Amino acid sequence: MAASKRVEEGARELSPLASLAARSAASYEPMPNGHEQVDLGLPPGELLDIHRRMLLLRRLEERIGQLYAMGEIGGFCHLYIGQEAVAVGMERATRSDDPVITAYRCHAHMVVRGVAPELVIGELLGKAEGVSGGKGGSMHMFDPARNFYGGHGIVGAQVPLGTGIAFALKYRKTDRVCVTYFGDGAISQGQVAEAFNMAALWKLPIVYVVENNQYGMGTAVDRASAVSALHKRGESFGIPGQEVDGMDPVAVERAGLTALKHARSGRGPVLLEMKTYRYRGHSMSDPALYRTREEVQKVRDERDPISRVAELLVSAGVVDADQLKAVDREIRATVMEAVAAAQAMPDADPAELMTDIYSGGS
Amino acid sequence: MREAIRDAMAEEMRRDESVFLMGEEVAEYEGAYKVSQGLLQEFGPERVVDTPITEAGFAGVGVGAAMMGLRPIVEFMTWNFAMQAIDQIVNSAAKTRYMSGGRLGLPVVFRGPNGAASQVAAQHSQDYGAWYAHVPGLKVVAPFDAADAKGLLTAAIRDPDPVVFLEHELLYGDTGQVPDGEHVAELGRARVVRPGRDVTLVSWSRGVSAVLAAAETLAGQDIEAEVIDLRTLRPLDRATVLGSVQRTHRIVCVEEGWPSCGIGAEVIATVSAEAFDALDAPPRRVSGAEVPMPYAAHLEALALPDVETVVRVAREVCYVDV
Ligand SMILES: Cc1ncc(C[n+]2csc(CCOP(=O)(O)OP(=O)(O)O)c2C)c(N)n1
Ligand SMILES: [Mg+2]
Repeated sequence: MAASKRVEEGARELSPLASLAARSAASYEPMPNGHEQVDLGLPPGELLDIHRRMLLLRRLEERIGQLYAMGEIGGFCHLYIGQEAVAVGMERATRSDDPVITAYRCHAHMVVRGVAPELVIGELLGKAEGVSGGKGGSMHMFDPARNFYGGHGIVGAQVPLGTGIAFALKYRKTDRVCVTYFGDGAISQGQVAEAFNMAALWKLPIVYVVENNQYGMGTAVDRASAVSALHKRGESFGIPGQEVDGMDPVAVERAGLTALKHARSGRGPVLLEMKTYRYRGHSMSDPALYRTREEVQKVRDERDPISRVAELLVSAGVVDADQLKAVDREIRATVMEAVAAAQAMPDADPAELMTDIYSGGS
Repeated sequence: MREAIRDAMAEEMRRDESVFLMGEEVAEYEGAYKVSQGLLQEFGPERVVDTPITEAGFAGVGVGAAMMGLRPIVEFMTWNFAMQAIDQIVNSAAKTRYMSGGRLGLPVVFRGPNGAASQVAAQHSQDYGAWYAHVPGLKVVAPFDAADAKGLLTAAIRDPDPVVFLEHELLYGDTGQVPDGEHVAELGRARVVRPGRDVTLVSWSRGVSAVLAAAETLAGQDIEAEVIDLRTLRPLDRATVLGSVQRTHRIVCVEEGWPSCGIGAEVIATVSAEAFDALDAPPRRVSGAEVPMPYAAHLEALALPDVETVVRVAREVCYVDV
C-alpha cells in the first residue's frame, strides 16, 4: 500500500528513538520478560521521565478506584490502569499546542496534558473547583487552555469532533495536529467511518489513535470487528495505518512522532493502533467475568509498561531498586496531597445548578 | 422488574420463533444491566445476538428484519445511545406503514433503560419519553411496576407496529407481584393506582413512586390524591385523565424529563381544552430542571422532581396554604 509506505519512510527519516522501539514498532510482539538488552534507545533522563509520568497515572487511578469503592465518587468511572504507555508516549510526541480529544476514559489524558491531579479528583468528588465545577464528573472533563477537548460519553462521538478540530486547524492555516483517541469498540461506530472519509478527503491534520485494549466493555475485539487488525480500518479511505505495541512507551512515542510529522506536513490523517490492555473492569461496576484472571495476570507479568521501563532502567544501571522505590513513595505522596487538596475544596454551590447553560451564564 | 422483562421476552421467544433479541452485550454478558439472563443459553446465538457498538446500524438491521416479518427486540444499552439510531426509529420504523399506504408494517420493539440513573451525568441521564411520544407511527410505553413491565412488553412484542419501550434503570431492582402464566396488558390504557377525590396526580415510570409517596404524605394531611399511572405515553389515555379531573377538579403532572414540550405539557393541554370547566385551580407540572444533568450528587438531586415538591404543589392547587 502506497499510503502506508509513506509513513514507513517517514519513520526512517525521523528515526529518533532507536532500539527499544525498533523491537516492537512495526509488527506487534510482546517484549519478553527479561532484560537481555540494555541499550535504552533514549537518554536515561528521558526514560526516567517516562517512568515517572506513567507511575503517576497508575497511582492516581488506583487511588481514584479506592475513593470510588469508599463511595466518595459516583456514577460511571473508567480507569486507565494498564494503558499508561499510550497516553505518556503520545503526549511526549505531541506539541502542547496540539489539541487532544478522547472518550470517557479520560483522567490520564487530562493529567498528562498538565492538568493538576487535584482538579481531576475534585471533579470526581463533585467539588466547585473540580475541572468542570462538579457538573461533568469522571466522563466529562475539558481544559481548552491546555488544548484538551474532553471527556465524551457517547462511544465514537469524539471522532468526528476531533476531525472538526482538525478542520479548524487547517482552516486557520496552523501547523497544529489534532490527536483523537477512541477504543476498539468505538471504531465500529458509523460516524467513525464518516469522519475517516472526510479527514482523508480534505487531508486534515489529524492522528487517530485507537487504543485497542482488546475489549469493548465485555466484548472481545474479534467478536465486534470483522477484521481484528484495526489499523487497517482506514485503508479504504487511503489512511495509512500502523500497529504499535501500546505497552511500550518508547514505541508509542516513536510511532506518534512519525504520524504527527506526516499529519503536520499536510499529507492528511494517520491511524495508529495501540495494542494495549486494561487491567481493571470496563468501569467500576464491571466484574469482568468475560476474561480469566490468568489472562490479566499474564499481561501484568509480561507486558506491564511501568515494570518494563523500570527493569530497563535498573538493568542499564541508571537507577537501582531503592531509588525506584523512593520515586514511588514520592509519587504516592503527591497523589495523597492531591486527594487532600481536592477533599478540602468546597462542594459545588447549589446555585450553580442553573448556570452555564448558555453563554450569559444561565 | 428485570426478571419480568426477561420473562416476557423468553415467553414470547418460546411462543413465536420469529422473535429474537439483538443489542450490545445482550448475549454473552447477559445484558449490561443483566436483563437478558439465561436467554443466550436457552435460545442460542442465532436468536440472542451480540452486536458491535453501532446503534444506527443495528437499529436499521432490526427494522429491515421486521420488513421480512421477523419480530426483532432491539435493546439499547440505554436510550441515551439510541440517539445514534433515532433516524432509523423515526424515519424508517415509524413512517413505513404510512408511506407504503399500509402495505408494509414493522413489528419491531426498541427497548432499554431510559431517564436518570445515579450520577452518570448529562450524556447518560435523559428522559426520551416526550421525544418519541411526539412521533405518529410509534407507540411509546413506560411501565412502573413488574407486572406492567411483563404485560406491556408482551403486548409490545405481539403488536404489529413499532413500539418504543422505556424501562428505568432505577426500577430494575424493584420487586412486585407478576400474575402467573401468560400476562398481556393492553397498550394505550392508563391506570388509577390510588383513588382519591381531592387532586389528580399523574405520572409514569419511576415518577409513579414519587407520586405514590406524595399521596401517602398528603393523606396524612387530609388531602386524598388520586394517582394515575399513564403506562403508555402514546397513544395517551386521555379519557382516564379527564375522567379523574372531572372528579377531583385539580391536576398535577409529574415527570422526570424537561418540562418544555413535555408529556406534562400534553396532558395539561388536553385537560385545559377538554375539562376547562371542571378545573378549580390552574393545572401544574413538577418536572426535571431545564439543565443537562449535573454529575455532583447534590446538584443531581436538585435537578430531579422530588416528593416534597409534589406535596407542596399538590397543596398549592388545593389552596390549603393560603
Ligand atoms: C453510543 C454508545 N453506545 C454504547 C455506550 C455504552 N458503552 C460505554 S463504553 C462502551 C465500550 C466501548 O469500548 P471501547 O471503544 O473499546 O473503549 P474502552 O472502554 O475499551 O476504552 C460501551 C458499549 C455508549 N457510551 N455510547
Ligand atoms: Mg476497548
